[in-house]
Amino acid sequence: MFKYLKQLTSLVAMVAVLFTFTTESMAAKKSKTLKNTQKKGFVRCGVSQGLPGFSNADAAGNWTGVDVDVCRAVAAAVLGDANKVKFTPLSAKERFTALTSGEIDILSRNTTWTLSRDADIGLTFVGVNFYDGQGFMVRKSSGITSTSQFKNGISACTNIGTTTELNMRDFFNSRGISYEPVAFEKADEVVAAYDAGRCDTYTTDKSGLAAQRTKMKNPDEHIVLPETISKEPLGPVVRQGDSVWEDIVRWSLNTMIEAEEYGITSANADSMKTSDNPQIKRLVGAEGEMGAAFGLDNEWNLRIIKQVGNYGESYKRNIADTGILPDRGPNELWTKGGILYVPPSR
Amino acid sequence: MNFKLKDIGPQLMTVIAVVLVFGFFTYNAQVNMESRGIDFGYGFLSQESSFDVQFSLIEYDGSHSYFRAYLVGLLNTILVSVIGIILATILGVIVGIARLSPNYLINKFAAFYVEFFRNIPLLLQIFFWYFAALRALPLPQDAEAIFGISFLTIKGLYVPAFIWQNFNVFFYSVVAAIIAIIVIRIHAKKLQETQGKQTPVLLISIGLILILPLLSFLIGGVSLSFEVPVLKQLATTSFIYEGGVSLPPELIALALSLSLYTATFIAECVRAGIQGVGKGQKEAAASIGLTPNQVLKLVVMPQALRIIIPPTTNQYLNLTKNSSLAAAIAYPDLVLVFAGTALMQTGKAIEIVSITMFTYLSLSISISLLMNWYNKKIAITEK
Repeated sequence: MFKYLKQLTSLVAMVAVLFTFTTESMAAKKSKTLKNTQKKGFVRCGVSQGLPGFSNADAAGNWTGVDVDVCRAVAAAVLGDANKVKFTPLSAKERFTALTSGEIDILSRNTTWTLSRDADIGLTFVGVNFYDGQGFMVRKSSGITSTSQFKNGISACTNIGTTTELNMRDFFNSRGISYEPVAFEKADEVVAAYDAGRCDTYTTDKSGLAAQRTKMKNPDEHIVLPETISKEPLGPVVRQGDSVWEDIVRWSLNTMIEAEEYGITSANADSMKTSDNPQIKRLVGAEGEMGAAFGLDNEWNLRIIKQVGNYGESYKRNIADTGILPDRGPNELWTKGGILYVPPSR
Repeated sequence: MNFKLKDIGPQLMTVIAVVLVFGFFTYNAQVNMESRGIDFGYGFLSQESSFDVQFSLIEYDGSHSYFRAYLVGLLNTILVSVIGIILATILGVIVGIARLSPNYLINKFAAFYVEFFRNIPLLLQIFFWYFAALRALPLPQDAEAIFGISFLTIKGLYVPAFIWQNFNVFFYSVVAAIIAIIVIRIHAKKLQETQGKQTPVLLISIGLILILPLLSFLIGGVSLSFEVPVLKQLATTSFIYEGGVSLPPELIALALSLSLYTATFIAECVRAGIQGVGKGQKEAAASIGLTPNQVLKLVVMPQALRIIIPPTTNQYLNLTKNSSLAAAIAYPDLVLVFAGTALMQTGKAIEIVSITMFTYLSLSISISLLMNWYNKKIAITEK
């Protein structure tokens, strides 16, 4: 009798172990970052210290911009409210440490995706929300209209801790031009120094130049030269090691871009539920189980489109209508001659 | 036995606690870094840095290693600290003495200077001097020549470069002059102690340091010419000066603000030191027939210095550490170059911050040791 009892207990124990194992793996699927975010009730998002069009706070402390919208989309998806985001302004130098140390959960701060950043420092880039390239700004009065007119001894203002510093060296070296790099920690000081005449040219990503130009004393006195000297794919970054969270951020961004492709906007998203197109229905949570794999409900993508809008709406609101870069250039959908192309949600 | 345990017990516990705390943090950092796929190691120091630096005392460009970039930053930090310490000391002593002046205007002006500059945060002062200077200085093409050979512009101070011929002969003549001066000083001291004879050491010294190098020009074949900076056009409205030596405005603004700020504290140390010497001392010195100059030099200053040196050492340390604010205005010091750009390009936060901290610690300790040695040297030796 006791013999059987012993076997019975071990059986119960085994079942118990199995059961805990399965519940454990279910919980593991819900990522640690996701769990923490839901517990806190807000998404912790790292942004720039003020770059109009990308991430910029107004006098009342409301953040706007295409980078900001990525974080808002994630908040809408996982918390149901696009406003539940805590923004942390970071300098170029601080940004990666803030992410790897766990101070923020998403870094959406016009950050260039490069091999060494992706592989070396414990980060994972999830996609591209703006295709950019480095350019130069000069004073109109200088008469310079092309980088081919740069001469030995030119001084160039820029930020430290960016790919800009490295591209600048490659550019000037390959042309055999000696130059004086003047690198500041914060963008505002770069603009102030360039504006005062300390430097002959100001170099950073072209979108950044266009945005900072609006901050100058007299924007019309400056032009951005036509040449682009590097590829700068900018996108949101997450910590390495939480693949579910990584997927949530990636597909929040993809949802915004794909929604534009299928003509789903914040205004018509609800009515699209009854669309005949199964791809559209999947994007508004009316078909399939698109949220389950992330540990989210089925309308996570509908909330993103309704509360934040599709990529086109975000671009228009933040970058085109503010006069920063009215022309979408490469940041147009692949169907309209741009290079925005995301994998399908299915 | 009991007595011994009571003695070392608390100390042992403290040591264990410290080791445990450090161990905990190290272990935590290790686990976290491993889970996030970050490697730890100093191997990156030999990799190519691939970024350029605006201003460097040694030959450097992006093809050199990160270690070389570290040296560039370190030397720039030392440069601005040394310039700052020298200027702050000169200004501090002058203002400190001026605060004791019986002249109302000088006295009040010095007091105003001290109160004004020491009560405004240093970072603001750095910004002020940098951006005010940038706004106020002329563009290179509008700059007026100073003495016809130097130009102070928004892009920096351009001064002529010295071009030496047979520089080593000149150098040896200066060394010879210095050795001669030291010998004469020792001899003069002996003469005073044994025979009470006074020698005009200062006059002889000045003579020597002028005449010997001059001789090297006349008969040693040394010659010196200047390379004057020349204006060069880069574009319609963009100019620079070529040739000569250029000091970036960032260095000038930083050295200026650091020394103006620190000088206020040194001035107070100097004032305290002089006031700390008893009135009786001065009266006694005057009563044995010393001239006012001798009173200051032989009686007041040696005693005042003992009071001045220790707090002034603190100010030197402060100045050196404050120089790390350079990052705000693009002066390529250790923090900007190494703990800034290099950290960002490699992502080796713990390694680089630890090296930087250790470097500042070493710098500060070196200054401390030097000043302590000097302090000991001037301390009153009881006979």
